[in-house]
Amino acid sequence: MTTRPLAKIAGEAKLLLIGIPVLLWTLLPIYHLLLFAISPRDAAFSGNLWPEEPTLRNFQIVLNQDHYFLIHFWEQLGNSLIVAVSTGFLTLLIATFAAFAISRLRVEGGRTVMNLALFTYFIPAAFLAVPMYRTMGIYGLLNSKWALILAMVTVASPYAIWVLKQASDKLPYELDEAAVVDGASPLQLFWMVYLPLMKPSLVAVGTYALLLAWNEYLYAFLLLSRDTEITLPVALGNFLAADDSPWELLMTTGLIYALPPAAIYYAFKRYMVSGLTAGAVKS
Amino acid sequence: MDTLTVSDRDTEAPPKRRGWSQTRIWGTIFLVPYVLVFLFFVVYPVCYGFWLARDPQTYVQLFEDPIFIRSIFNTLFFLLVGVNLKMLVALLLSGFFLHDRIWIRWLSLIFILPWAVPSIPTILSVRFMLNPEWGIVNQLIFKLTAEDGPNWLNDPTLGLTFSVLVHIWKSLPFWTLILLSGRLAISKDMYEAASVDGASSIQQFRFVTWPSMKTLYVTCTLLSMIWTLGDFNSVYLLTGGGPADLTHVLATLGIRYLRLDQVNLSMAAIVSALPLVLPLVYFMMRRLSK
Repeated sequence: MTTRPLAKIAGEAKLLLIGIPVLLWTLLPIYHLLLFAISPRDAAFSGNLWPEEPTLRNFQIVLNQDHYFLIHFWEQLGNSLIVAVSTGFLTLLIATFAAFAISRLRVEGGRTVMNLALFTYFIPAAFLAVPMYRTMGIYGLLNSKWALILAMVTVASPYAIWVLKQASDKLPYELDEAAVVDGASPLQLFWMVYLPLMKPSLVAVGTYALLLAWNEYLYAFLLLSRDTEITLPVALGNFLAADDSPWELLMTTGLIYALPPAAIYYAFKRYMVSGLTAGAVKS
Repeated sequence: MDTLTVSDRDTEAPPKRRGWSQTRIWGTIFLVPYVLVFLFFVVYPVCYGFWLARDPQTYVQLFEDPIFIRSIFNTLFFLLVGVNLKMLVALLLSGFFLHDRIWIRWLSLIFILPWAVPSIPTILSVRFMLNPEWGIVNQLIFKLTAEDGPNWLNDPTLGLTFSVLVHIWKSLPFWTLILLSGRLAISKDMYEAASVDGASSIQQFRFVTWPSMKTLYVTCTLLSMIWTLGDFNSVYLLTGGGPADLTHVLATLGIRYLRLDQVNLSMAAIVSALPLVLPLVYFMMRRLSK
């Protein structure tokens, strides 16, 4: 009778044998980031796995903009926020309208638009970056936050429309018909029937676009260049260009930049997982 | 464009409400904002891009550039080795996360972190880790062996390998989660029936799990390949394409040519990649618009 608990222990040990490497692999770069952020300048390079005197001094320097690399920290954080929120809002607006027109009003050409949008979604955004950069130059939008916002809306919309269309196809059509019988116009249908029912998907899509824009590096560094206009990730990338970059401050700034999206992700995990990942790949 | 033939299902479900012209008007109004975005920021740039890459001579110049050839190989390495390795690990790990333990539930929350945080800070963190003089890896090597560690990112093979690892680190959680949801969708009865018949866990995987997961797995792999084609950050922020431009991939090469003020080459590089991209895209469209 002793084989059973033994087998159980062996089974648990096997799980741990997978779990521990997974934990280490996942945390290594993040721990390293954190280690730098709480280490004093000289100690950060000593190769210790834990600083002898952990400190919050780096955060103080970053938040007070006390270094010439960081003179525009708050402004750049603000830029990131403006771009993310505007992209989230505009994408939500455009995509909800489009999904409503395609899925509920069954507008002519709607299916063509859906397929074109889906096609855009599958072309890697990096491939569109160079022509987009030139196009923004022609439109006279380079170095304006609008260039980045519009580019991000372009990138985020196709998937947003697709997710919203999938979700709204599932709503029963009897609802629309009943509302129409009661004399509702399409606009009333949109406001009073459609939007309330779509709330969970709207949260998912808005969050998706917001995070996409906040995290974007390539488009941001192509389209914006002035120190007062760039978003935080571009500023982080610019650190690299200099040999005397203060690593510990770069890592601290990076950590501050990474916190909001992580917090949002965990707060909306329920929506993100059910609304997005399930929709992302249907078998 | 023959990608438009994808869906016939839309024709069955609900009949069009003819004669209700208000619907049509509002439908068009609601569709206009996206159509405008599409025309100004997709159609125009794409046409402009093709126009920039119109000269056949550009392609001759491009294919004579050893860096372009090298970056094609690097891209294929990313897609064939990187993506398949990632998906295989994701498939195995999704089985691990299936186990119902409190600590595994906590681990799954931590495990998702790389996907939840932006890639720039973490890639830079890895880059510093691998710095030959000050990086923690070589510091530890020196402490343990009293010898200098290698100059990791200054070796094209190692540099590219680390870019692939960074890419895997970032997107593994996402795919594990997707495959986990695929595994959760398999009915428990099938496993019970299999174990009553005396199937070992390998046989259960072979005859129950894999047949149900096959389609999902292939779809995920293809989708991941498309997305990986556009992975700019993992290479650009880690190696910057160096040393000597030997670790570029197609996504970073366009930017390199742009920097060198050779926009026509930049566009030509992307146009040359289309034969690789379009079949994948076509396949994915067929899958997703059902």
